Amino acid sequence: MLEQMLFGKLTLAAIPVHNPIIMGAGAFMGIIAAVVVAALFYFKKWKWLWSEWLTSVDHKKIGIMYIIFAFVMLLRGYSDAIMMRLQQAIAVGSSAGYLPPEHYEQIFTAHGVIMIFFVAMPLMFGLLNIGVPLQIGARDVAFPYLNSLSLWLTVVGAMLVNISLVVGDFAGTGWLAYPPLSELTYSPNVGVDYYIWALQISGVGSLLSGVNFFVTILKMRCPGMSLMKMPIFIWAALATVILVILAFPVLTVTLGMLFLDRFMGMHFFTAGFGGNAMMYVNMIWIWGHPEVYILVLPAFGIFSEVVATFAKKRLFGYTTMVWAIGAITVLSFIVWLHHFFTMGAGADVNAFFGIATMIIAIPTGVKIFNWLFTMYRGRIDFKAPMLWTIGFMTTFAIGGMTGVLMSVPAIDFQVHNSVFLIAHFHNVIIGGVVFGYFAGLIYWFPKMFGFKLNEVLGKCAFWCWIVGFYVAFMPAYYLGLMGMTRRLNHIDASTGWQPYLIVEAIGAVIIGIGVVFQVLQLVISIKNREKYKDTTGDPWDGRTLEWSIPSPPPFYNFAITPVVHSRDAFWEAKQERLKNPNLIEKPHYTDIHMPKNTSVGFLIAVFAGLFGFAMVWHITWLIVLGIIGIFATVIARTFNTDIDYYVKAEEVEKIETQLRLNRAI
Amino acid sequence: MSKFRHILFTILTLGLTLLLSGCKAVMLDPKGIIAADEKQILITAVGLMLIVVIPVIILTFVIAWKYRASNTKAKYTPEWSHSTILEIVWWTIPCVIILILAVITWISSHQLDPYKPLDLKAKPVTIEVIALDWKWLFIYPDQHIATVNFVELPVNVPVRFLITADAPMNSFQIPQLAGQIYAMPGMQTKLNIMATATGDYAGMSANYSGVGFTYMNFIARVATQEDFNKWVKTAQKSSDKLGMEAYNKLAMPTRNNPPESFSAVADGLFNAIMMKYMMPGPAMKGMENKGMQDMHNKDYSSDRDYQSGYNKNNVPPTPVNN
Repeated sequence: MLEQMLFGKLTLAAIPVHNPIIMGAGAFMGIIAAVVVAALFYFKKWKWLWSEWLTSVDHKKIGIMYIIFAFVMLLRGYSDAIMMRLQQAIAVGSSAGYLPPEHYEQIFTAHGVIMIFFVAMPLMFGLLNIGVPLQIGARDVAFPYLNSLSLWLTVVGAMLVNISLVVGDFAGTGWLAYPPLSELTYSPNVGVDYYIWALQISGVGSLLSGVNFFVTILKMRCPGMSLMKMPIFIWAALATVILVILAFPVLTVTLGMLFLDRFMGMHFFTAGFGGNAMMYVNMIWIWGHPEVYILVLPAFGIFSEVVATFAKKRLFGYTTMVWAIGAITVLSFIVWLHHFFTMGAGADVNAFFGIATMIIAIPTGVKIFNWLFTMYRGRIDFKAPMLWTIGFMTTFAIGGMTGVLMSVPAIDFQVHNSVFLIAHFHNVIIGGVVFGYFAGLIYWFPKMFGFKLNEVLGKCAFWCWIVGFYVAFMPAYYLGLMGMTRRLNHIDASTGWQPYLIVEAIGAVIIGIGVVFQVLQLVISIKNREKYKDTTGDPWDGRTLEWSIPSPPPFYNFAITPVVHSRDAFWEAKQERLKNPNLIEKPHYTDIHMPKNTSVGFLIAVFAGLFGFAMVWHITWLIVLGIIGIFATVIARTFNTDIDYYVKAEEVEKIETQLRLNRAI
Repeated sequence: MSKFRHILFTILTLGLTLLLSGCKAVMLDPKGIIAADEKQILITAVGLMLIVVIPVIILTFVIAWKYRASNTKAKYTPEWSHSTILEIVWWTIPCVIILILAVITWISSHQLDPYKPLDLKAKPVTIEVIALDWKWLFIYPDQHIATVNFVELPVNVPVRFLITADAPMNSFQIPQLAGQIYAMPGMQTKLNIMATATGDYAGMSANYSGVGFTYMNFIARVATQEDFNKWVKTAQKSSDKLGMEAYNKLAMPTRNNPPESFSAVADGLFNAIMMKYMMPGPAMKGMENKGMQDMHNKDYSSDRDYQSGYNKNNVPPTPVNN
């Protein structure tokens, strides 16, 4: 009785001591965490970590933390991927492989959840944090404290997924947890609860970030930057956050209803008692389809910036690009049904959603032509970001084609849920989203840290990724046509699929080598950071405002708020300076209004994490503590009026003079 | 050198294996009229899109190479960023292609609507399909027989599948005969097909439904009308009868269930299974179903026990081997 009050459903039996794979992974994570903690004690860095990072509201630091977090999770998501490839390659005929279905189903679910929610989303928000305020000439985002809260809520969500590895199970339902499989009847253990609360908590973080950047872009652009003078990345970011604001509440509601089914015995989506599982499928895809564009639009924005910078040419067809982004944004909300043509909707409905889907190919195709003609008559410098861009344009063309194929319901009836579909969405997510974010990371790395990344290793990583991608996923297209469906734990020998599955596994290993090169690139570059130092603040001969300030920028970004007259504002300014080299105005500094660091975001997230864990295990006192903690912290914050300060003009001048001296060296 | 030759040999062997096994692309080798039409549309759509995709890929490489920074002879126009004519051209080309595809989509969605009875003189054979944990149950209501993980159809005769589930969502598919349709509890979906060649074709579930999902495979045997009639007769003599009690036993989760055959199938079994999810209360009487009881009997005491299937007091799952 007491035990149940203290621990709810949680017992020692929840820890799978008998499973060497899980215990090994858990021990490995434990050791890493212990090493980090020990290092923090040894180097006496706790205070530094707390005051410089964990409580920081500086968008640049928050962006960096998002990116580091995403990379850590990428390693976990990749481990899941390689385990699946290995299982499918060896579990053929008389061999059952090394993963029983109870474990295998958790791995493919975790892979999807982690890659979308805890790798792609944080990378996206990380890049928005780095790129948006700097490109619009702002000193921070509109709500810096909210920004910190968003980050920590996302991290806490991911922690719940990681805890589920060792304490209890994760969902084994596939990454969208379709009911009735995800209902209590068919999934009685805590896996789906971990899933629900990990996504609910991080989803709130994403929604708040969406609101934050929406306001930032609309209200905080520097003087002169009208909407049609915004860099195209900002347009992409704006479209993305509009989608976030509209789509994420739907996810929250959908998962909330699933939670009520499981926790309160309601029947929204249950198999019986009037529940309607198809309603869940509709709702989850009303979020899920825009989510795809939430991820890919910023990548499109990055490609636009990169291609113009490295072709040393104005972006071709700016206005069409903006309209294309707008069209994609609107259309992304009227195509969700193409994820379930096969659930028996009528021909009219299927045809409507099929045609709506293929219409998206038009603005997307136009964007590709515009990138091509930005390169046309340019002077293309094949730095790593440009390689990712060209790799994207060719790969994405194929992925787009297979996407349009599946938007024809008659074709989709055959390839739906087959590994053809798996090949398609990895084709657009790796070839589009991942390539784009990597291009953006290398592009903005010197802005974040003040030194460039090693070019040779960066190119090695690129070649491994692209070759690995083709080796891993082209066979999957063919396997799909051979009738192989997704999520199989074991393959019949007579199917003849094994050779292709082995090739796929080899492809996954090649991608893994690419990841190793990326880690190596980071290590080598940090070691040689003096050599790769960016003293100019403008390492790529850039076109937009972020390159007009030092790398890394001072904490207030712009000592003097820039005034913009044209689209490629910094490029124009440089041209102007070439014409009149003697025109040097003496800068006139004023006081700068800045937000103070706060631990509130971090604390709320910790309480939210406790609350989530308690909800999973039904630990009543901890649920109450979590809720009280969250509200008490929020209320305490509202009474705190000491949340901002001014950097005096003299102080700014001192910092700027020092920065200029550094630049001269 | 010999090592290199060895590697080369391995690659060649592997490549050859892939090519030789290429004849198993079942979706490109249809044996039914629906699957054949679906394949034709697939090929037409790929062809149409390649009109854009191939030039784009070639142009990307050509332009990237021609305007590389080291080629100083190439024309360089850093300010050129707009051309109304060019932009009209590349809004138009995809628009035209998508327009053609849209027409194909509209027509084919109606023509190949799985619910639409095939426009043929012959009277269709009706087969009721129930997705169970984790096996397929096929009921022939007119013949009063039922099979598990095996279905036999006559060639060149339309077949009408009525599909539901007494388990989580599954998807019913025989790729060489037709595309899939979901099988959902409390709902009925339909699929109309006609096979045009005799033979054994692989059937499966295409939507994840739990730990035994991998083995939700079945053989669809297309036979001549004569052979089919003979087979029906044999099945009608089966000593296993499918009444409500036998059904409830069958509905218990099993993995890798071998094919089975039943005679004397209770009338209205399919409807009863579907309707029990629709109306709780009176209609539930006499229907013993563990799943429904579980909905109100939450038991958290031993989550780990549940891992191998949610029916705790059920026979242990079949060992994982073929």
